[in-house]
Amino acid sequence: MADVPARVAADAPDFDVIVVGAGPAGSAAALTAARGGLRVCLLERGPYPGSKNMYGGVVYPRVLDGLIPQWWDRMPIQRWVTRRSTMLATPTQALTIDYRTEAWGKPPYNGATALRSELDEWLAQEAVAAGATLVTSTTVTSLLRDANGRINGVDTDRPDGQLRASLVIACDGVNSFLAKQAGLYDNFSAENITLGAKEVLALPREEIDARFGLSGRDGLDIEMVGVTGGIPGGGFLYTNLDTVALGIVVSVTELAKAKRRPEELIAGVKAHPAVAPYLRGAQVVEYSAHTIPEGGYDTMPALVTDGMLVAGDAAAMCLAAGIWLEGVNFALGAGAAAGETAVEALAAGDTTKRGLAGYRRRLESGFVLPDHRKLRRAPHLVLSDRVQNAYPTLVCDLVEQMFTVSNPTPKPGLRKLLRATRKAHGVGLRDLARDGVTGMRTFG
Amino acid sequence: MTGREPALPEISFEDRMSTVEFRVAEKAHITIDGDHCRGCTTKACVTACPASLFVPTSDGGMLFNYEQCFECGTCYMVCDSEGAITWTYPEGGHGVIMRKS
Repeated sequence: MADVPARVAADAPDFDVIVVGAGPAGSAAALTAARGGLRVCLLERGPYPGSKNMYGGVVYPRVLDGLIPQWWDRMPIQRWVTRRSTMLATPTQALTIDYRTEAWGKPPYNGATALRSELDEWLAQEAVAAGATLVTSTTVTSLLRDANGRINGVDTDRPDGQLRASLVIACDGVNSFLAKQAGLYDNFSAENITLGAKEVLALPREEIDARFGLSGRDGLDIEMVGVTGGIPGGGFLYTNLDTVALGIVVSVTELAKAKRRPEELIAGVKAHPAVAPYLRGAQVVEYSAHTIPEGGYDTMPALVTDGMLVAGDAAAMCLAAGIWLEGVNFALGAGAAAGETAVEALAAGDTTKRGLAGYRRRLESGFVLPDHRKLRRAPHLVLSDRVQNAYPTLVCDLVEQMFTVSNPTPKPGLRKLLRATRKAHGVGLRDLARDGVTGMRTFG
Repeated sequence: MTGREPALPEISFEDRMSTVEFRVAEKAHITIDGDHCRGCTTKACVTACPASLFVPTSDGGMLFNYEQCFECGTCYMVCDSEGAITWTYPEGGHGVIMRKS
């Protein structure tokens, strides 16, 4: 390991902190810890940060305000999301709520489409500029422990690849082998995991502007429900500069039960009458897939143990609450909190569980845990059969009848229409009331 | 929506996978225990794996390749039989490389 300083003594730590994984959580942790004067090693198993990472395509970077002032002048983004659509669909119908605002197209912005190969690399280099040592192409194979069983480093697949540190920050992604090995997950279950699969489709920039009604760096985000063939989940379409990301996110267990293939589901979204005209002639330039921890607050592992913190997807910090679909921002927020906690704990010379208590305190005082706790019921509601199947059909039928002019028959009253549509789709008033209350409790 | 837009011609699975870069490691990062697979009635990995790496054989067993793996973990998560699929990350610097996602 040429880029790692030689060891001074056999059991002296090589670094103050080892961060595993140079995704958004890891790089934010490394950046914050290095700025606090710690010796930080940032380990990445891919040949460059971002090479192992895929997501739908939108990041909400305001959490960076305190870390990288004027981040918007430096961050490699594709387009600023100024138009956001939510589509409820059946195989032949679609109701789209479309919102656009100029405010999201100027500082401090809101969401942006970005490519992970560029975004993650940029963030990792910010950490390097702050003094962290980035080591790529190195897979962590296990945790190391001292004689008392306390975590004090990691083993890697490099020859003589053991690295010791006072603290390990595990940001190793959704599979979170390190959190599992440390015994922090007592309830890891495939029920809480979704699979995201997408195609990146090439179109000339002017075509994207014309088809989606965009100009300059403005971008569109379309979220879809009812396009996944009855499998709980959703579809998405995001505009990059000269590509469009189109994909699906579905429950892995329900996907398996339905015996459908992910690329078939993507093909179904592409062929939908409300989507197909947008993609005419577009060629697939990259297909990709990854799992997502979407179970929410109740499925998070223990976040702290002696000598280790967990952040980002490794701690199930993805928020999949239907109208809010966020992950990178939570990873950045948790990573920064982990880095700050590392500085505090190392200064006090205590990286035991007690010495690391500041991590949870920081997550509680910011947005990471409050947002997740508030929306803890959302994943269940959003993936319920009524929200997934009955409601899109009901709403589309209702709107269709509202706008169908069937003269000489006179117009039916809206209340009568709603009752008839509800009955036709087997949705009782009690269901509506119950979901309404759950919705208010969840999102209110 | 009078006439449905003709679907884009779907690319073959082989062409789809050829859009992704893989730096194949010499050592497989997935191993499977075929005895489990022979008794498995669901074979959930076959349809759920986004890279379609698992192929059932006529004698009830399972063939797989690790070379075009997205390293997502879907296979072991949907597997009914604990220990049938052993899955780790490939050697550093190897495996899937994503650029446009």
